[in-house]
Amino acid sequence: MTAPAAAPLDLRAARRRLLLDTAGIAVSAIGFGFVFGLAARNAGYSPIEACAMSVIGFAGAAQFAAVGYVSAGLPWAPIVVLTLFLNARHLLYSASLAPRLRGVPFLHRAAMAHVLTDEAFALAATHFHRLGRVDIPGYWIGAILGVFIPWNVATLAGVLLGGAIPDPSVFGLDIVFPAAMAGLAVGFMTGRREVVAAGSGAVFGVLLSLVMGPAMGIVAGGLLGPLVGMAMPDGGRHVVPESDLSGLPVDLDEAIAELDELDDLDDLPAEGTR
Amino acid sequence: MSTELVLLAVLMAAVTYPSRALPLLAPGIERLPPRALLYLRLVGPAVLASIAAVQTLVVPTSETSWAIHLDVTAVGVVVCLALVAWKRNLLLGLAAGVALVALLRFAGIG
Repeated sequence: MTAPAAAPLDLRAARRRLLLDTAGIAVSAIGFGFVFGLAARNAGYSPIEACAMSVIGFAGAAQFAAVGYVSAGLPWAPIVVLTLFLNARHLLYSASLAPRLRGVPFLHRAAMAHVLTDEAFALAATHFHRLGRVDIPGYWIGAILGVFIPWNVATLAGVLLGGAIPDPSVFGLDIVFPAAMAGLAVGFMTGRREVVAAGSGAVFGVLLSLVMGPAMGIVAGGLLGPLVGMAMPDGGRHVVPESDLSGLPVDLDEAIAELDELDDLDDLPAEGTR
Repeated sequence: MSTELVLLAVLMAAVTYPSRALPLLAPGIERLPPRALLYLRLVGPAVLASIAAVQTLVVPTSETSWAIHLDVTAVGVVVCLALVAWKRNLLLGLAAGVALVALLRFAGIG
């Protein structure tokens, strides 16, 4: 088979893998979104308010925190500040994707930014790495099919149908979010530094949560963990295993660390593909 | 039907969107030094692990205090974590974790 004929197959193969990953993430988004809808309903949100949170705010854990604070009667200002801190990590995701998206029109990038979540970042970074170049439709597949639509449909379902499920925790649905976050973190652990950063982030997050509260603890863990990881010598890197993946980031090492060396995204060698 | 919280959603979006958009839209930020790139590379695992650990282990004891609490939630998360690390399949890990927690609770544990 000639090289030109192989290139489209690489794209199809990468998108097939992306769709598998997206399916796994969508399950998480459905579970979490449904639980958010239930929580919002129990806190007195109307369906319009719950859906507005998920469509306009689209702020994941911050939405849950807001549910708790709204139900506790907290003023809006602290909720907004909490949201700012809790979602500050997106700045770093955006910065790591920016070099790869510099050729995308401004308004297109502005639209892409609204759906840049933890999961969308993980899916896009993994997909771009597998493919060896940017694939804008791939970004939208992960962000919209994997997160935005499932999250919002599940939110609506949760707030409308919540009355039929007296206690979602009986079905174990309350662990979907932390379990999904833990599973996604595993996908990023491609070397010693990543493992140390994750472990440190978890420890800092828990310990500082006890002092400052979960919202600040999570942010502090996410900001301090990488500093500990950077202090470690690099090594122990292992890349994608041969087994099929679904819903799991693979290896972000080269996809992110080498961005600064890239002059022309189209000339990237295809790597990380099967 | 109440719509008061729609404004709160807009305010939350107003403080969330800049963090998602500024680096993507601001010219000149593309060229980051290697140390910054390394830091960014490590933010993903650190943030996700921090969220998972806090959501699993930290519970409020009052409006202003929190404590570490271990229950079947942690068991479910650990099972999911182990399966994902072993099989590299998030869907499988989630299903197993949720099913185990549901079974434990059905059995009156946790």
